[in-house]
Amino acid sequence: MEEFIQQLTNGLAVGGIYALVALGYTMVYGVLKLINFAHGDLFTIGAYLGLTVLTALGLKEHLGPVAGIGVLVIFVMGLVAIIGALLERVAYKPLRHAPRLSAVVSALGASIFFQNAVMLVYGARFQVYPHDLLPKVVVNLFGLEIPLLRIALFVSSLVLMAGLYLFIHKTKIGTAIRAAAIDQGAARLMGINVDRVILLVFCIGPALGGAAGLMVGLYYGQINFTMGWVYGLKAFTAAILGGIGNIPGAMLGGLLLGVIEALGAAYLSIAWKDAFAFGVLILILIVRPTGILGERVAEKV
Amino acid sequence: MLRIERLRVRYGSVEALHGIDLTVEEGEIVTILGANGAGKTTTLNAICGLVPVAEGSIWLRDTPLHTLPAHAIVRQGVTQSPEGRRVFTTLTVEENLSLGAFTATDSKRVAATQAWIYRLFPRLHERRHQLAGTLSGGEQQMLAIGRALMAAPKLLLLDEPSLGLAPILVQSIFATIREINQSGVTIILVEQNARAALKLAHRGYVLEVGRVALADTAANLLANPEVQRAYLGGGH
Repeated sequence: MEEFIQQLTNGLAVGGIYALVALGYTMVYGVLKLINFAHGDLFTIGAYLGLTVLTALGLKEHLGPVAGIGVLVIFVMGLVAIIGALLERVAYKPLRHAPRLSAVVSALGASIFFQNAVMLVYGARFQVYPHDLLPKVVVNLFGLEIPLLRIALFVSSLVLMAGLYLFIHKTKIGTAIRAAAIDQGAARLMGINVDRVILLVFCIGPALGGAAGLMVGLYYGQINFTMGWVYGLKAFTAAILGGIGNIPGAMLGGLLLGVIEALGAAYLSIAWKDAFAFGVLILILIVRPTGILGERVAEKV
Repeated sequence: MLRIERLRVRYGSVEALHGIDLTVEEGEIVTILGANGAGKTTTLNAICGLVPVAEGSIWLRDTPLHTLPAHAIVRQGVTQSPEGRRVFTTLTVEENLSLGAFTATDSKRVAATQAWIYRLFPRLHERRHQLAGTLSGGEQQMLAIGRALMAAPKLLLLDEPSLGLAPILVQSIFATIREINQSGVTIILVEQNARAALKLAHRGYVLEVGRVALADTAANLLANPEVQRAYLGGGH
């Protein structure tokens, strides 16, 4: 039982990361019907920028660990949001009226560009986050010893997801994003500037992805310029699992995938960890291609 | 109020409108009649900025609408209830209406407009928390019109508001259109149901393959033998 709880909490922590990255895929797909293949690399950039900002500004020394990391998260989210907006303007906006395939190729090109840019700037070797950054505290929860960092990771991703959910569902701009995802032409007739909505989505998605990259750096301590590939693919799987284009679906899909992976690795074989994740993808595509929460509402004519 | 001059619209290499002239005076209901493919919807979409104007101009008083993007045209007080209703199916009725007021800044006025729309269409009030996709066709049409009214437009464009509705509902929708007009909203009405549209409208235009074939008062068009033969089912 203890082993199970340990793996479950670990799965939820990793799943929170998947969910944050998956939200970027799903939101962009929602408004543009495009898979932003460069999204995984924005996640990588978040991890690297986090390290740079952390060491350059000496945040921990000046602010202490908690406030320091708070400021760091905001910094990284802002920077990656700007990169996301630039990506949209340079790689996608000029192709808005081109055939779908052109944008897909542009996305793949942007991914290769970002990955190589990170390698050229930071080098190809693993980079290490300062390991004394966060105290290695273990919390005793109902007689179980769970690392504080794991709990903090899970709670942070929940806070970000809740913030996004409230923004999307309770604000005027959030409602406009949902409207543009349903029918861009009708959204224009409401006076919504759809180009701006798309730009905003390309800020929010990358900001969340960048935060996730930073969290991986803080949690595992090691980052590499190719890390966005695997996390990107897993998060994409999570987005499909929950129903691509569906925001709560991405959250659910991420958490579910993290748990499936952790439990599969613990009870069956760790060598098959990735196989569980992609087995889930294949299964969902066969059994329920719209995902768990996709296309729930039947359209009545 | 609205003046369209020599309007041409092209889809790729195909020209859909070959130079249309059309005017609408303040307070009027003007109907546009024509067969499928005559260019009725294209004309409305050109006014709203949803399709680009290739040549010619569209003026709302002194504002050149043909130079503005769609979202800016809404701010000029022109809204549309589009063909096929195009309500946001996975949003609630209330969210759909609030999006209609996306450009509005005065929340008191928005609340008053919404209350007025709920008086016009009590069914929408009953179903305000329901998803728009679960409404019946008639209710979706009410929602599409209500949504277009939320911005308190000066000029309202209605594209086929009676399409697919039961006759009793058509009557009630047309009565509501008259009421909206009497509240001071100028209306352009595109309709398949030519007889009902001409009875409601002050003036009408008949489009034939991208050109204005006839332009006259609604009463004259109703009495016109050509119109009777082509659009009113032989005049009986």
